[in-house]
Amino acid sequence: MIIGVLALQGDFEAHARVLERLGASTRIVRTPADLHGIHGLVIPGGESTTMTLGIEREGLAEPLRELAAEGTPVLGTCAGLIMLDRDHLGVLDVTARRNAFGRQIASFEADVNLVGMNGSPLRAVFIRAPWVEERGEEVEVLAEVEGRPVAVRQGNVLAVAFHPEIAGDGRLHSWLLERAAERQAKEPA
Amino acid sequence: MDRVRDTATFRVKAGLAEMLKGGVIMDVVTPEHARVAEAAGAAAVMALERVPADIRKVGGVARMSDPSMIEGIQGAVTIPVMASARIGHFAEAHVLEALEVDYIDESEVPPPADEANHIDKWRFKVPFVCGATNLGEALRRLGEGAAMIRTKGEAGTGNVVEEVRHMRAIQGEIRRLGSLDEAELAAAAKELRAPLDLVREVGENGRLPVVNFSAGGIATPADAALMMQLGAEGVFVGSGIFKSEDPERTAAAIVEATTHFDDPARVAQASHGLGAAMGGIEIAELEAPGGGGLIQHRGW
Repeated sequence: MIIGVLALQGDFEAHARVLERLGASTRIVRTPADLHGIHGLVIPGGESTTMTLGIEREGLAEPLRELAAEGTPVLGTCAGLIMLDRDHLGVLDVTARRNAFGRQIASFEADVNLVGMNGSPLRAVFIRAPWVEERGEEVEVLAEVEGRPVAVRQGNVLAVAFHPEIAGDGRLHSWLLERAAERQAKEPA
Repeated sequence: MDRVRDTATFRVKAGLAEMLKGGVIMDVVTPEHARVAEAAGAAAVMALERVPADIRKVGGVARMSDPSMIEGIQGAVTIPVMASARIGHFAEAHVLEALEVDYIDESEVPPPADEANHIDKWRFKVPFVCGATNLGEALRRLGEGAAMIRTKGEAGTGNVVEEVRHMRAIQGEIRRLGSLDEAELAAAAKELRAPLDLVREVGENGRLPVVNFSAGGIATPADAALMMQLGAEGVFVGSGIFKSEDPERTAAAIVEATTHFDDPARVAQASHGLGAAMGGIEIAELEAPGGGGLIQHRGW
């Protein structure tokens, strides 16, 4: 089973480390060809304008949309959430508000409880983080901070405004790996 | 539901540098420059009073940018805005924190304000990036609270040779620490003049505990690819963009080469038809009498 990590810019190595610790094989994704044969995808944190320009330059928008539409599980964190929203790839029926919590001086960490997640709260690191400003009916809100949605799920796509990979919490990555394993099991032999 | 927010933790400070990885941080002096940098794909901009090449040419004491210029740049772009304070000049750093810049570069490019002490960076909420010429210097800066490291290189020269020297020194010393036992690590800490706990951590993990960028001489896409292959996790480009013939295209090309640093065909593609790069300066000319000397020896 191979999990792709979009690596145009951002903290893709932190994600790869968490995935590898959980036993997954990872592949750095920089071009459409890198998407062939992956069973799950992470869109990491980073600068959303840089990533948007990179997706455009590489011609990755359509292949990424197709990948998600085919049912491949996708996890987006921070800039990853922004990339998935209506104004960017349009994979999630949400509008993210960029830098919603403010500049770096307002960046923070906090304990967050996610709907459906067992165990202790997740230590969430918010860095110049967005939140979900608007959402469609099919979008389930899994967590809020001060009334602002910061974790959402729509079908096979999970997106959060924070960085579980920075605190090293692997539970959201485990969710991705479970979905990816289910998907691989359905592949024709 | 209200929850406790912990701000300015080291994880939050170093975390922003993680988000800049694989990216290009560009020196800018005006909001117009900042817009060009953002449109080309910069991961952040560094607001300076003058680019290093001009500081070299004109001389005198370069200082923190005018706050109205910094605010203009903050208003022009949505990517992080960094700004530089002189070594040891904690009052400049306090002003930059009050302006809510996203990162402070305690920089050797303007002459130091304190010849003995760097800024106590633990006292600030805004994270700091500091220059280093070797591993000991990098770890001393981390001990003072820096959350990101960059090489010093030789700013404003368009000559990548010093940047290569510093990156190779840092990476080589990291590899060496990996081969030492506990007793040898203690001796290495003394030799590096660096805190033992940090020396031990680097030896165990085989990397710095924070992100390490390259800075101080990059002028072409191939320069950026070189530094990334030598272990840089991203690059700063100073005079190399706005002193080139075609800043827009040069900026975008360096961004592309930084992403695809290990794919020579892509670096070649990015390098096509950019026009003249900034003029370069041979290091020996700077070291010669009347050559102005090297900036990298500022700081310790």
